[in-house]
Amino acid sequence: MNDIIGYILITIGILFDIFGCIGLVRFPDVYNRLQASTKCVTLGTILLLMGVALASNDGATASKALVCAVFILITSPTGAHAIARGAYASGVPLWENSVVDKYAEKGGQSTDLTSQ
Amino acid sequence: MRRLIYFLLAFVIWIFLTWPFTNDRINNIQIVVAGLIASIIVAVLFQEVLPPEHHIFISPKRIVWFLLYIPVFFYYVLKANLDVVYRALHPQMPIKPGIVKIKTSLKSESAITALANSITLTPGTLTVDLTDDGYLYIHWINVQSDDIEKATQIIAQKFEYFLERIFEEP
Repeated sequence: MNDIIGYILITIGILFDIFGCIGLVRFPDVYNRLQASTKCVTLGTILLLMGVALASNDGATASKALVCAVFILITSPTGAHAIARGAYASGVPLWENSVVDKYAEKGGQSTDLTSQ
Repeated sequence: MRRLIYFLLAFVIWIFLTWPFTNDRINNIQIVVAGLIASIIVAVLFQEVLPPEHHIFISPKRIVWFLLYIPVFFYYVLKANLDVVYRALHPQMPIKPGIVKIKTSLKSESAITALANSITLTPGTLTVDLTDDGYLYIHWINVQSDDIEKATQIIAQKFEYFLERIFEEP
């Protein structure tokens, strides 16, 4: 029973990873691509790890997989945030059809880069 | 107190990572002792770097709120993923991206970090930057409103309710 649920989770996880990659190719600019890659790939990978934890039927493997899942959950959005901010700071433009850019009024320059 | 909590946290993670204890007793003792030493070093050296909100680990109320937050968070993560998948697969690609500004009422650094990470993982939003006075710049894949208050209501309020109770209320 555990195996079956595990394999289903692995399948769904791989599907989300694939959709994330399709989004990565199709979306027009850095920021939209980050959206696709962080969301879909994070959930896909976490589902994969949970599937592994269930399907392995082994406490040792399961505990490691769950620790990995927690680390991915913490680090992936932080990484995306750093990339987005870095991209804006180095002048990567938004997609031409973007509707609003409130960040521009700040000049894209972070005030706290030095103070931190 | 703070050192003790972070020491226990590091040690528990170490135990999780080295879980398959063998039948060889000396080997087991070596693993545990190595973990103890490493955890003590981490707790002593890095106590300035680690977040100061250590009380969340020992307050049962906060832990309950945190456990309640997990299913809510997963629901929004799933919704966000289906939304992005839909936009990625749709032939016309119905996206309307832009960067909006929102204001958060959260004060502590850990709470704002958790909020920014939650926003990044959920419906079509990605935190780009945040300021010292509590404003966040969010890249939104489908801008519904560029007004600060309205955007705050749509993006952040559902998380703030929980995060306030986990990190801030005395």
